[in-house]
Amino acid sequence: MDFFESLLDAWPQLWSGIQITLQLSLGGAALAFVIAVALGLSSISEIGVVRGVSRVLVEFFRGTSLVVQLFWLFFVLPQLGFRLESMAAGIVALGLNYGAYGAEVVRGSLNAVPKAQWEGTTALSMPWVTKMRRIIWPQAWALMLPGLNNLMVMLVKGTALALLIFLHDLTFVVDELRRTEGTYFAFGVGFALYYLISLGFSTVLRMLERRAQRKLGLAPTKAQTAQATAGAVA
Amino acid sequence: MPTDNPTGGPADGSTSGDAPRIVFQDVVKKFGDTVVLNGLNFTVAKGERVTLIGPSGSGKTTILRLLMTLEHLTGGYIYVDGDPLTFEERNGKRVERKPKDVARVRRRIGMVFQQFNLFPNMNVLENITEAPIHVLGRSKDEAEARARELLEQVGLGDKADAHPTQLSGGQQQRVAIARALAMDPEILLLDEVTSALDPELVGEVLGVLREVAKNTDITMLIVTHEMQFAQEVSNRVLMFDHGRIIEEAAPDVMFSNPTEPRTREFLQAVL
Ligand SMILES: Nc1ncnc2c1ncn2[C@@H]1O[C@H](COP(=O)(O)OP(=O)(O)O)[C@@H](O)[C@H]1O
Ligand SMILES: [Mg+2]
Repeated sequence: MDFFESLLDAWPQLWSGIQITLQLSLGGAALAFVIAVALGLSSISEIGVVRGVSRVLVEFFRGTSLVVQLFWLFFVLPQLGFRLESMAAGIVALGLNYGAYGAEVVRGSLNAVPKAQWEGTTALSMPWVTKMRRIIWPQAWALMLPGLNNLMVMLVKGTALALLIFLHDLTFVVDELRRTEGTYFAFGVGFALYYLISLGFSTVLRMLERRAQRKLGLAPTKAQTAQATAGAVA
Repeated sequence: MPTDNPTGGPADGSTSGDAPRIVFQDVVKKFGDTVVLNGLNFTVAKGERVTLIGPSGSGKTTILRLLMTLEHLTGGYIYVDGDPLTFEERNGKRVERKPKDVARVRRRIGMVFQQFNLFPNMNVLENITEAPIHVLGRSKDEAEARARELLEQVGLGDKADAHPTQLSGGQQQRVAIARALAMDPEILLLDEVTSALDPELVGEVLGVLREVAKNTDITMLIVTHEMQFAQEVSNRVLMFDHGRIIEEAAPDVMFSNPTEPRTREFLQAVL
């Protein structure tokens, strides 16, 4: 069959594009997550200055476009004597931009943990780290995963901008294929591959979400499910 | 104030061993423009059990929440074992205390809430051991042994591994009591701890609290509408109206022969 032959021929090229896209996605997501957590936690700090700085950074990186941030990192910074490789510039831009969006998700989720839970930790005299790490974060985590999942899918799509700084990512490869294999084939394969990559990430995040909910008793635990199944069988 | 009460154990790190357990001095609390407490003064002795009664909105919850440092103290001072809680007087000035100092004093206080506030990300045992391990620095084994002992005491010895959502309201509240006790508080604040419960579950929670009252010398501040329970457990009853103590008496006097018409009116409505 024509289609599969073409696909087989194009696969080495496609695979190298996929790898670049995956590197950008994973690197960008990792950095975005760290930034989101740091800025999200800062945004609910009791210290006004910390809150303010977090606010400004979030607004700045949300409010300026990803493309412009990318150009700054790749074209302007070198002129200031600070050179970033394409991949690094791509990851940093994605991390800053989606990190800022993620910070809002983190902040919203922390605020959505019932006030009674925060007060419970005060009544037990828990220091900040204990309160956050052991009580508030695990509950907020379950709430923030759907939002982070959303952002992850957007980030994967956002990696396509990397071709603007000369990275041969999946979009670049697909565009090349358009010339040799035709529009229909190239963009069809492009669609499918982006979809599969996004699906992969959101499946993993969905699993994390279920696990977090199970821990909160919002979904049956494995033991309970097993018990229920055993009961049904017996 | 009863003097036949043995004083509560050693006041950990407190400056004066013979100071009253709790002192409210000229306490002012405002929410925006709403003045809830306007210069409130009262003292609670070590080991004393004081019940706060009064109509809804008279400031009872606010008083407990100020002690638990869940609300900002607008004016005045609160002392625990002679130590200022959130504000202190220094050179005639009212100064906010450092969070570290607040935490040291607050550690002597525990609270049980109307809505239990158990942690949903932990099972029953973990709910109880969490703070002893991470706040008091107890070992896991030690904390768990104590938690199981407390669970036995509140009649839930078989529920250590249960998730809070698998428990009835009455059971959850008994876990919350065990959780507060696990911190070895000198002061226990109980804010309408049976108000959220179905009537048939009230008894089991009050039963547990009666035992705590009998077997420990923990100072208790109790807000409740269960007058029978209040009469049995407390040494003194304070009647509040609009943030002021309008009557103060031993429970048998307060409940059978109150002086103030306002108290009589309130008790008639409740009893
Ligand atoms: N967070 C708050 N914001 C504004 N007003 C409050 C707040 N909490 C309590 N109040 C007000 O303070 C007063 C006393 O409330 P509260 O201490 O809860 O009374 P009680 O426990 O005796 O019913 C009420 O008028 C209430 O509306
Ligand atoms: Mg109240």
